[in-house]
Amino acid sequence: MELNLLALCYLFGSVSFIVGLKMLSNPASARKGNLFAAAGMSIAILGTIFLYQEDGVKLGNYGWIFGGLLLGSIVGTLMAKRVQMTSMPEMVSLFNGMGGACAALISIIEFRHLVKGNPNQTISAVGSFSGLDQTTLLIILLGLIIGAVSFAGSMIAWGKLNGKIKDFSFKGQHIANLLLFAITILMAADIVIARPEASPLFFYLIIFFSIVYGVFFVLPIGGADMPVVISLLNSFTGVAAACGGFLYSNKVMLTGGILVGAAGTLLTILMCKAMNRSLKNVLIGSFGASATTGQGSAAMVGSYKEISLSDAAVVMGYANKVMIVPGYGLAVAQAQHVCHELEKTLEARGVEVKYAIHPVAGRMPGHMNVLLAEADVSYEKLLEMEIANEEFKSADVVLILGANDVVNPAAKSDPASPIYGMPILEVEEAKHVIVNKRSMKPGYAGIENQLFFQPKTSMLFGDAKKALQDLLAEIRNI
Amino acid sequence: MDQLLSWISAHQEMIYIVVLMIFVGIEVIGRVPSVLHTPLMSGANAIHGVVIIGAIIVMGKAEEGNTIALILGFLAVVLGTLNVVGGFVVTDRMLEMFKKKK
Repeated sequence: MELNLLALCYLFGSVSFIVGLKMLSNPASARKGNLFAAAGMSIAILGTIFLYQEDGVKLGNYGWIFGGLLLGSIVGTLMAKRVQMTSMPEMVSLFNGMGGACAALISIIEFRHLVKGNPNQTISAVGSFSGLDQTTLLIILLGLIIGAVSFAGSMIAWGKLNGKIKDFSFKGQHIANLLLFAITILMAADIVIARPEASPLFFYLIIFFSIVYGVFFVLPIGGADMPVVISLLNSFTGVAAACGGFLYSNKVMLTGGILVGAAGTLLTILMCKAMNRSLKNVLIGSFGASATTGQGSAAMVGSYKEISLSDAAVVMGYANKVMIVPGYGLAVAQAQHVCHELEKTLEARGVEVKYAIHPVAGRMPGHMNVLLAEADVSYEKLLEMEIANEEFKSADVVLILGANDVVNPAAKSDPASPIYGMPILEVEEAKHVIVNKRSMKPGYAGIENQLFFQPKTSMLFGDAKKALQDLLAEIRNI
Repeated sequence: MDQLLSWISAHQEMIYIVVLMIFVGIEVIGRVPSVLHTPLMSGANAIHGVVIIGAIIVMGKAEEGNTIALILGFLAVVLGTLNVVGGFVVTDRMLEMFKKKK
């Protein structure tokens, strides 16, 4: 009876994940979808705690379980509530790493059980064509490797996004990585074929190697590509969770894991498409490798001109149409509310204001939409890239707020540039371009931007929030 | 070969789930607008937190005396919970903003 009830819980959980994900891909139902999936998850978790049994034995250690759940819930909620909207991508990466670590830990514990013998009691054998099942071992190792790589990679991605870890690569790194990966697989194969008694040492080496591999996997990839990497690691963790599902013949883990694995992979590809690059190009042809060419073209910089606040205010205040291009600088300065104020003030003067959103503006696709939505900017004003590129032609002023690589014309004109081929916002189509940046420092890809030296471009230096506040005051004064 | 075949037939239920879920996963998010990429990634991130169920099972089965298993299991439960709870709360916070201005 209880097991039947548990099966029902799992069925509900699985369905809620699918429906939840479906609802999440539509703006109108997204929030409900998220809550629905969360409800399904809660039921599956509670069902497991109270109804799960193996060979008639129920789970014990309730104190530990509830202690862990409570601790995790409190810390998780606090972290998720406190984090600034600008740091969302880091947060997703961090939580993803936690999931990967969890999957790896499960594998470690199950392996220790196996080595100690008495496997029939501790492992719900996934089929058994021999006493100590090779399939079980294989799945444990798979979950371990994928989980550990995902954990280590996510931690590096997290560190990179909040600026604690710099890009790092050395000559022959790809070969070293491949070698590392090959050794890990060979050791895993040895354990599966020769049985664990022979090589518990290899098992611990695999943990170590997987973590090192995860670190080296992400380290050389440039910060601009981090969203793609996080999405990829996200689907990795999904597969690691599915391994757990296989291990315990647990349908809800299998459904959830594979669902995220497949959806995450597709999302990764969609993101790559938005940048007009292949996944292979992102992972292997890293920005770090071509940094030298970027610096080479930096030599041909010309002179740029600054614009005063009052001039900028006049240009914008008397324009017919102003397009705003938000970027990471806006997010860092938390300037989205002032930006909305500026938009309202300009509209009150009869100026048409629209936002041009590059698919990968900020640090993650949709990042800018989330930020501007927070500031109550209307949904219809946010133009996607193709439409925005049409509209630039009729715009009098383009105001760029802390965006750099996504408006760099080198992506179209300079085949030597590391971002060559990436679709960009063609802001130079407009009559006048005002760029707000903190300094002339290059953007995330580490390359110079010719746009800043064009005659129609003028620079407005300063923190985005401060600059916008001053600009707003000036416009109100005209 | 024989082993492989018998393995497949012994696990066909699981294999069916894997194959079908791959298609469902691709189908379900195929038409997502780029506005929702970040929340969707975050939501999917929370869903793979289902790995917590494995952690609970491992924790619940650990014997009293086995300190290492207890500690590792506890850690797994905490990390898994972080993934689930943090993931859903972050996603909700992102989506809350989409709703407000409507």
